[in-house]
Amino acid sequence: MEHFALKYLRKDRLPHIFCPGCGIGIIINCTCKAMDELNLDLDKVVLTSGIGCSSRIPGYFYLDSLHTTHGRALAFATGIKVANPELTVICFTGDGDTGAIGGNHFIHACRRNIDITVICVNNYIYGMTGGQVSPTTPEEKVATTAPYGNIENPLDLCKLAEAAGASYVARWTTAHPFQLVRSIKKGINKKGFAFIEVVSQCYTYFGRLNKFKNNIELLKYIKENSININKAKNMSEEELKGKIIVGEFVDREKSEFSEEIHKLIDKHKIVK
Amino acid sequence: MIFINKELCKACYICIEFCPKKVFTISKELNKKGVYPSEVDDESRCTYCKICELMCPDQAITVVKK
Repeated sequence: MEHFALKYLRKDRLPHIFCPGCGIGIIINCTCKAMDELNLDLDKVVLTSGIGCSSRIPGYFYLDSLHTTHGRALAFATGIKVANPELTVICFTGDGDTGAIGGNHFIHACRRNIDITVICVNNYIYGMTGGQVSPTTPEEKVATTAPYGNIENPLDLCKLAEAAGASYVARWTTAHPFQLVRSIKKGINKKGFAFIEVVSQCYTYFGRLNKFKNNIELLKYIKENSININKAKNMSEEELKGKIIVGEFVDREKSEFSEEIHKLIDKHKIVK
Repeated sequence: MIFINKELCKACYICIEFCPKKVFTISKELNKKGVYPSEVDDESRCTYCKICELMCPDQAITVVKK
């Protein structure tokens, strides 16, 4: 018997490059499960990614994919979607891709509300380049460029997406696989920009530097520190310090960019 | 039935920890990569919730309800 995800993956490339216990494998499974349940036409799915650990995901899928420049995955995805609005575009990014170098592209993709599903793998650290501080590293956590603990305020990507105008915003962790599948399905079906942040474990850098014994302890820490949004509403700011709020933050209907631009083109077309 | 592809397993043991019924255990034999993969300890405890299928980062576990 074969794993359900292998139908969508390049089997000759497995086992994949990710470290043992890395959360990216769980995200691959959840994406495959969502595609499985939605019965997508695989000829009409395009994956894009930037640079980073998470951006190696599309290389393992047996689908059309683009591995683009650092932070510009959303710019390429916008081009694909506008050129051919029939396609389902899924974009895999990391915290460096969306929060740091691609921050501007991210804000403006949210603002335009273009029909792309973004799955952001947030592992709190730059895993591929050696464990440097990323914009989402929590306060007091250690990284190779912050050996005495991080003093910067972390960036909340979900709040940023919400303020910039995304249609669908959700955050889950790799310890919530069933909820993540449901959110990815909703995001793909959503007409508009869907942003799904997945808090993932990076044992090799984040875990080792922060004195976690193994990847299971780190994953348990993530699970125990996550609080559902419904419960978090009644809690004070002090109680929520250092916690991960999970759940669906935004689910709204707005006008969509690729549809609007093609309407505009049709309206002003010169008929001969 | 629970199938484990031992050559894909990287010995992270997430399945052992996160299985609600503790179906898995560590194998005593090495695989080709030189790690001790997971194996099924007692399948009669399995409730077919399939969380191991989703949480195995290496696509090694397949669960089929009889």
